[in-house]
Amino acid sequence: MGYPVLSTVIFLPVIGALLLLLMGRRQELAIKWCSLIFTVLTFIASLPLFLNFDKARSDMQFVEVFEWIPAWNIKYYLGVDGISVLFVLLSALLGPLCVLISWHSIKDKVKEFYIALLLIEAAMIGVFSSLDFFLFYVFWEAMLIPMYLIIGVWGGPRRIYSAIKFFLYTLAGSVLMLVGIIVLYFNGGHTFDILSLMSQKFPYKLQLILFWAFFAAFAVKVPMWPVHTWLPDAHTEAPTAGSVILAGILIKMGAYGFLRFSLPLFPDATRAMVPVMLTLSVIAIIYGGVICLVQSDLKRLIAYSSVSHMGFVTLGIFALNQQGLEGGILQMINHGIVTGALFLLVGVIYDRSHSREISHYGGVATVLPVYAGFFMVFTLASIGLPGLNGFIGEFLIILGGFKASKLAGALAATGIIIGAAYMLWLYQRVFFQEVNPNIKGYKDMDLREIITLAPLVVLVVWIGVYPNTFLGFMHESVKQLVIKLQ
Amino acid sequence: MRYYALIPFLPLLGFLINIIFGKGLLRHRAHWVSVPVVGLSMVFALMTVGEVISGNVINEDLYSWVVSGDFKVSVGFLIDQLTAVMLVVVTVVSFLVHVYSIGYMHGDPGFYRFFAYLNLFTFSMLMLIMSNNFLQLYFGWEAVGLCSYLLIGYWYQKKSASDAGKKAFIVNRFGDFGFGLGVILIFLTFGTLHYAPVFEGVSSIAGKSIILFGHEVDLITLIALLLFCGAIGKSAQIPLHVWLPDAMEGPTPVSALIHAATMVTAGVFMVARCNPIFNLSEIAMTVVAVTGAVTALFAATIGLVQNDIKRIIAYSTISQLGYMFLACGVGAYGAGIFHLYTHAFFKALLFLGAGSVMHAMAGELDIWKMGGLKNKLKITYITMLLASLSISGIPGFAGFFSKDEILYQTYLKGDLGKVLWLMGTVTALLTAFYSFRIIAVAFHGRFRGTHEQEHHLHESPPVMTIPLSLLAIGAVVAGWIGIPPIIGEAMGLHGAWFYEFLSPVVGHPHAEGSHSAELMVMALSIIVGIAGIIFAFYLYAGDAERAKALVTRPVLKKIHTVLWNKYYVDEFYHLIVVRPALWTARTVIEAVTDIGIIEAIVNGVPRTIGRFSERLRTIQTGLVNHYAIFMVGAMFFILAFILIWL
Repeated sequence: MGYPVLSTVIFLPVIGALLLLLMGRRQELAIKWCSLIFTVLTFIASLPLFLNFDKARSDMQFVEVFEWIPAWNIKYYLGVDGISVLFVLLSALLGPLCVLISWHSIKDKVKEFYIALLLIEAAMIGVFSSLDFFLFYVFWEAMLIPMYLIIGVWGGPRRIYSAIKFFLYTLAGSVLMLVGIIVLYFNGGHTFDILSLMSQKFPYKLQLILFWAFFAAFAVKVPMWPVHTWLPDAHTEAPTAGSVILAGILIKMGAYGFLRFSLPLFPDATRAMVPVMLTLSVIAIIYGGVICLVQSDLKRLIAYSSVSHMGFVTLGIFALNQQGLEGGILQMINHGIVTGALFLLVGVIYDRSHSREISHYGGVATVLPVYAGFFMVFTLASIGLPGLNGFIGEFLIILGGFKASKLAGALAATGIIIGAAYMLWLYQRVFFQEVNPNIKGYKDMDLREIITLAPLVVLVVWIGVYPNTFLGFMHESVKQLVIKLQ
Repeated sequence: MRYYALIPFLPLLGFLINIIFGKGLLRHRAHWVSVPVVGLSMVFALMTVGEVISGNVINEDLYSWVVSGDFKVSVGFLIDQLTAVMLVVVTVVSFLVHVYSIGYMHGDPGFYRFFAYLNLFTFSMLMLIMSNNFLQLYFGWEAVGLCSYLLIGYWYQKKSASDAGKKAFIVNRFGDFGFGLGVILIFLTFGTLHYAPVFEGVSSIAGKSIILFGHEVDLITLIALLLFCGAIGKSAQIPLHVWLPDAMEGPTPVSALIHAATMVTAGVFMVARCNPIFNLSEIAMTVVAVTGAVTALFAATIGLVQNDIKRIIAYSTISQLGYMFLACGVGAYGAGIFHLYTHAFFKALLFLGAGSVMHAMAGELDIWKMGGLKNKLKITYITMLLASLSISGIPGFAGFFSKDEILYQTYLKGDLGKVLWLMGTVTALLTAFYSFRIIAVAFHGRFRGTHEQEHHLHESPPVMTIPLSLLAIGAVVAGWIGIPPIIGEAMGLHGAWFYEFLSPVVGHPHAEGSHSAELMVMALSIIVGIAGIIFAFYLYAGDAERAKALVTRPVLKKIHTVLWNKYYVDEFYHLIVVRPALWTARTVIEAVTDIGIIEAIVNGVPRTIGRFSERLRTIQTGLVNHYAIFMVGAMFFILAFILIWL
């Protein structure tokens, strides 16, 4: 394929957004179709990353470099390796699904909504493919604005509070990272080039300070305990597509940041901070899981479960061995698929009921059997049933964690008991037992909704049965990272 | 890849067809797909077993499943003598239960769903027993748990059913927590999860220890005990037995297949499979044996007083599984697997018989509302009677041979063995008693149900009674392949074929005893079996006046209350696990930490900044003279600063 793949997948959504600008606000159907076409095109354009990626290489592929601001040595520099390529693909996949799920649920300011959605997609992909710190930071912050609008404009009743909380939380973290980037610029030979910065070795003290500066930005995004409290609010109030992007991609950026920057740039500081990171991860796993037991709001429950699952991810990453890191990366993909799907599914029923209260439901399996089937698959994936994707990630993480610290591995494994308890209890209250009069007459999933969810079911099974397709992308890059960390 | 790969994948195909087309296309014809796939799978399984008998052991990888760094594991099949026995049990019982379900589930609105799950279960169980590594074992282990969850909660509109399904899954997860860590520890010790290299290398780590939270722990004992945690959950042993009685909420064919014949025996299979590991740890073996013996006795006592026909049989299952672990714990894995094999026939039969009774009585479960059924349900009665004789250990029946071997091998195991043997013998007495309590109360005497029930009383259709009859044949003759040599010689037969067959995998128990001891143990077990039967008929003859009179005595009444309430274990768990967990979640984590501390800080910082800014704003009064004063003051201050410091 003779086209610059990464630039294409970043700028296709932007072109789509520009086209939408030209459309009249009444042409809602045309707006939706235009968004759908552009997101699907983006996904198709991203496929060479999947098909032509050379799994035997550990360095950057699909590289594009142009001078951008020569005065400060800033470059437009894109590329992906085994760590980032899957996130670009996942972002491109979730794009069309977000458009489809919003088809009927967004009735207000339709045009603006889809513009925001397309811009987010572009920025997300930009974040995962930037190899220049300045460019990276532009994309990183560019994500924030449309996301803030999506929560604040199309969200639930407490949307303003949640949107501001989300914005301030993330911004507070990002500012420290910005300082860190500038310090790196001056200490690393006046360059924003991430790869050339990675090839340098910084003094331990500096590493330590920068580690914590970057930590502030990444920990908030993950979110790690105890800076997680923006997540339940943002998820609960965001419209479905917003929750899907938050869960599917946005919170992955924190963990990705650790992998891409903290570990290779500050290896000595990372190694020194492992006990702290493992502790925070284990707390997140257990704390996030236990608190799910008493949630009465569907989205809030799934949001807290994300805290727990992302605890697994950071545990795997900071285990600093091959299984932990690969498990962590795979689990990020898994969590994006599964939690993304769970939010899509909550959106499906919310479109019918306009209620997120668990007690509003009951006996849904009787009234909407197909819906119940889909929800079951993702529930099982979420609790790590072998044969589905969640298991592979969790198993590798616990294995890696156990290698790093027996106590951390063992404590993390309690997460699988807690996870089963809250997810199955949720499923029971919503889907089993007698039919709640509230839900009588609801229609089962229609074709649009099935098409939205079906690709994710395929991925859940694919990764569960043959994870090597995806693990294969990571092996070489992760191997290099592990060597660097030793 | 040869035809044996079809054994698990045919049922999987049946599941996929039914889950996709069952609702629209197949509906009440779902069994057209499900039964033939399992039937074919059985044929292939029996062919494979034939190959194993002729000395052909299969160990082959299908494809590479998970690869990460030095961690590599495949999906693959190991079909040796142990797997062969399991293949017979799983495919034969599964096929018969599938056939039986055509009649039993007829007219149920979820007919296709039932068969889909049953197919999925068969696939999962086959993957479990045919695996050649620990990770695939774990896959099958969890997947059968899922099917169990789905089928217990099959009538999900009932709260009790969906509660029971959830409970089964979560209680099992407690066991799997240990099991999973055991698997990880095996990988970290041996660098592989495939059985062959692990079992070959196991002797080299004997005596090695590992530092665990500051203590030195024997590595092999730790691995064995962690694995056993999983077995305790899956096979419903103390203290994780609480899910199995509740699992009776599921349709009766499910109880027969999953919660009696196959899935619950996975723990026994796993311990037998891992015998090279367990054999190296005296402590682990003792734990297994004691857990088994205690559970056997404990569950049998509860079974004495229950009135729900399925729950009595469920406690019986827990108790019989205890025997199997007892056998494994004393090193007589062959006897344990033999009991697993005979138990599959007579216990599946007991459940399906109970199902036939329920079918006749509109779902009635209380044995006190039955009575005198032997005249109306002839085939059911005769087959149930044969199963009960088998479980009671009456000579000639399958259960006799396997139970006797377990008791004998236990007896030979030193002083502790004597104690455990005594517990096992008492259990045998109780077993015969509660089994014939069902026969006496439900099938003899006069009918105590409603007129309507009496009017509708009918024998089940052939599609149900034929499986019953076939299982009844199994319940009688299945044991004849494991006749103790001492009897075999007397009858001029080649005894103990079964143990010889299994010995390449599980070896022989080392203890040797005298003929007189063996005969004594055998005689005693026959005597207690017959005594239990006679005692049951004596107490429950007529309208069970003697039994009722017995319970009025104060001491017996108290014991009865404790047994009736199953030793209050469920209540105890509610008090020490469920309530504290919810309290921690609600109070400690949500109210205090999340809202009280973290959120207070998060919202407090901007609020403080806001308040501070409010103050600061008052400076900006908009009056020019105020600003002039500030400017002059500031200039003065800066000047002073410069003068002092420069």
